[in-house]
Amino acid sequence: MNDTQEIPLWEVFIRPRNGLSHRHCGSLHAADSEMALQAARDVYTRRGEGLSVWVIPSAQIVASDPQDRDQMFDPSDDKIYRHPSFYDIPDDVGHM
Amino acid sequence: MHAPLFAALIRLADDHLILGHRLSEWCGHAPMLEEDLAMPNIALDLIGQARALYSYAGDIEAAGRDEDLLAFGRLERDYQNLLICELPNGDFAQTMLRQFYFASFMLLFWAEAEGSSNATVAAVAAKAVKEAKYHRRHCGEWVIRLGDGTEESTLRMQEACFVLEPYLGEFFAVDDVAIEMSKASILPNPQSLRGAWLADVCEVFVSAKLQAPDLTHAHKGGRQGRHTEAMGHLLAQLQYMQRSFPNMTW
Repeated sequence: MNDTQEIPLWEVFIRPRNGLSHRHCGSLHAADSEMALQAARDVYTRRGEGLSVWVIPSAQIVASDPQDRDQMFDPSDDKIYRHPSFYDIPDDVGHM
Repeated sequence: MHAPLFAALIRLADDHLILGHRLSEWCGHAPMLEEDLAMPNIALDLIGQARALYSYAGDIEAAGRDEDLLAFGRLERDYQNLLICELPNGDFAQTMLRQFYFASFMLLFWAEAEGSSNATVAAVAAKAVKEAKYHRRHCGEWVIRLGDGTEESTLRMQEACFVLEPYLGEFFAVDDVAIEMSKASILPNPQSLRGAWLADVCEVFVSAKLQAPDLTHAHKGGRQGRHTEAMGHLLAQLQYMQRSFPNMTW
């Protein structure tokens, strides 16, 4: 179809197993939500990848601006005390 | 050998192989990438169902023919598929409408065959019913969107209705084999599914703003091996590899 750019873009999220969360796995074009859900099933779950699918209009996603990277993310660089690596864990707690 | 059961299995397998092959012709040619995966997905389901049916038919016949020989090693007149399955694809609208008609019919057919007195048939039906459910849903949504879509998509869907209409009655034709199968509770009587099928089609057609099909004039002959002119060309492509290199594997 030559006018693919007029067909809305959707982001696809798949939950592979019970207990796991949905993860972003790609995007696709579809005219509406029902067709997007079916296309997601056909494109992204051909090898038993999922038990649940979400589709979200890409236009509805609010993203951070790459130009704001400094102010958004750099201030956390020197706050090493936020990492939970300064606690002594008793041996009998086992693996955390 | 149980001759009526063998005949019934071959018919059903031929429907699925031939329609699956037709649908596979879209691979790489679909109007959008998403549909280029969706159509072969459906084709693979149909061919998978055909394989199960041919294998079982080969067991019933007990003459040493396996699924490959039954699928690729027969002459045109030996194939007993519905004529609608062998028609050329036409455009995307015609392909989707045919697929919807077939899936709607097979969903009803398999749902009843799940309770078959024959355990193998019941097992094939239990797997196929899930696949048919999705085919019906996917193709039905396209019928609605094209039928009630743009001016051009509406015209194309109406044209598809016109082209396919004379091939619908054959779904419900009954002969000795069909009666034998339904008496033994092995497979449903196709005639008994007509009302439910028409109701299902009409439900989608109301949303698609299409006119209900008229089943009074029906082409027949597929079940007797009398095919349309399209069948020879289809088989030439389908059988080429096995005819050129018999028993080849890869």
